[in-house]
Amino acid sequence: MLVRFLLIIPTIFILMTMVFFLMRITGDPLTAALGGRLTPDQLAERRAAAGYDRPLIVQYFDYLAGVLQGDFGTTYSDNTPVSEVLTTYGGATFELVVYSLIVALLLGVPLGMVAARTRDRWPDAVLRIVAILGYATPVFFVGLLLKLVFSVGLGWLPVAGRLSTGGQISMSKILNPTPFYLLDALRLGDMELLGDVTRHAILPAVALGILTGGIFLRLVRTNMIGTQDMQYIESARSRGVAETRLTTRHALRPALIPIITVMGMQIALMLGGAVLTETTFEWNGLGYMLAEYMKARDYVAVQGIVMMLAVIVAVSNFVVDVIAALIDPRVRY
Amino acid sequence: MTLSNPEPVGEGDPGANDLAAEGSAVAARRSTPWYLRLPIISHLRSSVGLQRGMLITGVVLVGILLISALFAPLLAPYGFAETSADGTRFGTQQPPSAAHPMGTTVTGFDVLSRVIWGTRTAVAVMACAVAASLFLGVALGLLSGYVGGWLDRLLVMVADAVYAFPALLLAIVMSIVISGGQSNAWGGIAAAAISITVVFIPQYFRVIRAEVVRLKAEPFVEAAKVVGTGHRRIMGTHLLRNATRTLPLIFTLNASESILTLAALGFLGFGIEPTSAAEWGYDLNRAMADATSGIWWTGMFPGLAIALAVLGVTLVGESINDLNDPRLRTRRSRRGRRKNPQQEVTA
Repeated sequence: MLVRFLLIIPTIFILMTMVFFLMRITGDPLTAALGGRLTPDQLAERRAAAGYDRPLIVQYFDYLAGVLQGDFGTTYSDNTPVSEVLTTYGGATFELVVYSLIVALLLGVPLGMVAARTRDRWPDAVLRIVAILGYATPVFFVGLLLKLVFSVGLGWLPVAGRLSTGGQISMSKILNPTPFYLLDALRLGDMELLGDVTRHAILPAVALGILTGGIFLRLVRTNMIGTQDMQYIESARSRGVAETRLTTRHALRPALIPIITVMGMQIALMLGGAVLTETTFEWNGLGYMLAEYMKARDYVAVQGIVMMLAVIVAVSNFVVDVIAALIDPRVRY
Repeated sequence: MTLSNPEPVGEGDPGANDLAAEGSAVAARRSTPWYLRLPIISHLRSSVGLQRGMLITGVVLVGILLISALFAPLLAPYGFAETSADGTRFGTQQPPSAAHPMGTTVTGFDVLSRVIWGTRTAVAVMACAVAASLFLGVALGLLSGYVGGWLDRLLVMVADAVYAFPALLLAIVMSIVISGGQSNAWGGIAAAAISITVVFIPQYFRVIRAEVVRLKAEPFVEAAKVVGTGHRRIMGTHLLRNATRTLPLIFTLNASESILTLAALGFLGFGIEPTSAAEWGYDLNRAMADATSGIWWTGMFPGLAIALAVLGVTLVGESINDLNDPRLRTRRSRRGRRKNPQQEVTA
């Protein structure tokens, strides 16, 4: 188990190295930003000042040394420390992922149970198609449809962003803001602001939640069908245990094991989905910023964000493995 | 984004059942002609009810996708980058009409034509990506599992690192590396395909490697070694043929995911330039701004195209998976099992 934990380090290290060299192949941020506007001499001067003309390997070790000291560098395009970028925008992404997980669980688990109960009858057929559609429809298209219906058509919810202009003014009153708007709104006790935050979060959370919810639905269904035919269910049924209790207790519990495992694996997918969702709804999170920084070839920022994501994914995979090993003694690392 | 469950808990040792099923499967295989043993056709024959309906729907949708890709020049009323025909301009953001059944975009392209030409891009990327990752992933998995030792450890570590990385981000980084983010038709298709390939290799690698490690201990490999069979022949025949049973499923999952990844790249602006090939993701990106002013047709149709294409491929994959898994297969009354049970459930 300790070995498995120590494996996290090379995983992150490999990813960091990959991103470092891959991004360097694409050119440097100075050329990407100022390429057309400066003479080649001026550009070379700037690059030398920033240290981009040194051999790659030197730059790499320089970067590594910084990371080991907890210094991820300063972004080139907006000149902020990467650690600050991570905390500011990371909070937004975290909020979005948590909301959509709630949506996904509320959709996926009960519907999956219904599908398993009505196996091969029409509700099951409908739900399975819905689940596959949820996976097959790109999250940005779901976002577009939601916008068309609820923002443009009905005018109930805002089209994009995390706050309205008025909300931003109220939010700026807070003295030491956390990265989480919902918490801040609660701390202020401003009901109007709370409503504003919630209204902005609904559509992005639903869009990303549908994507993951479809996967949960299929998982729950498959695993419940697996446990449904077990003999202990039959014996409980003969003892006169009610059908609802059979479904929720006897069949769902053992099925939860693989479900939890796969949910952990979903983290990587959710982060990918978050990039698209944030771009769709102009939700200022890590994913949205990552796409922006990529366009600007801002290595430093991209590396920092990628590092952060890699750590999250590696750690969650580790946790999943631990859970799997605890549950099933046959799994050994 | 692809997942395979851990083994279902509470299952006994599958070995004995496996052997028995293997025997009856071989016996059954001898008696049917080869064309009925082809993957999808044999699945169609063994399916019933809802599962059969899902499989047929999937096959039909994939058929439409392929036909549209093949005959795009004949089916599409205009080219994918045409803004005028016979000297008259189409006009921008025109609602659907007789001349343009799906309307026109903000740049004045005909939406229907872009949707139809887009099937070409999607199929080209899908075919290149899946073929390349299948080949490389299987080759690496065979080598790694068979050779073992430090090479195996290193490859597993790298594969796990790549696998742990959000696929889309890796594809973005790769597409910037390959094409500087924007490129012409074939360059763009190649860039998208290569970036998707890199993401998928670890999946094939993992599956094949695990199978090879399991098979290496089997008596028949031992026997082959004893009679002096070369390493290459053991890998190519004994191991490869037995290890590829689970591939159809990953194959279809990857095919659907490559369409989604391509669209996502296009949507984020790292895809193919609109004048060099029609790509649904890019069209959706442009349509986002239209949506706020209530123009729905520019985004609706490319979006539906993506969803239907992925739906078709996924349905085929799902059905094959269900039919291969005896716990999920709906059994025909009066007919026994026909396929080998597989210890894989995919969500």
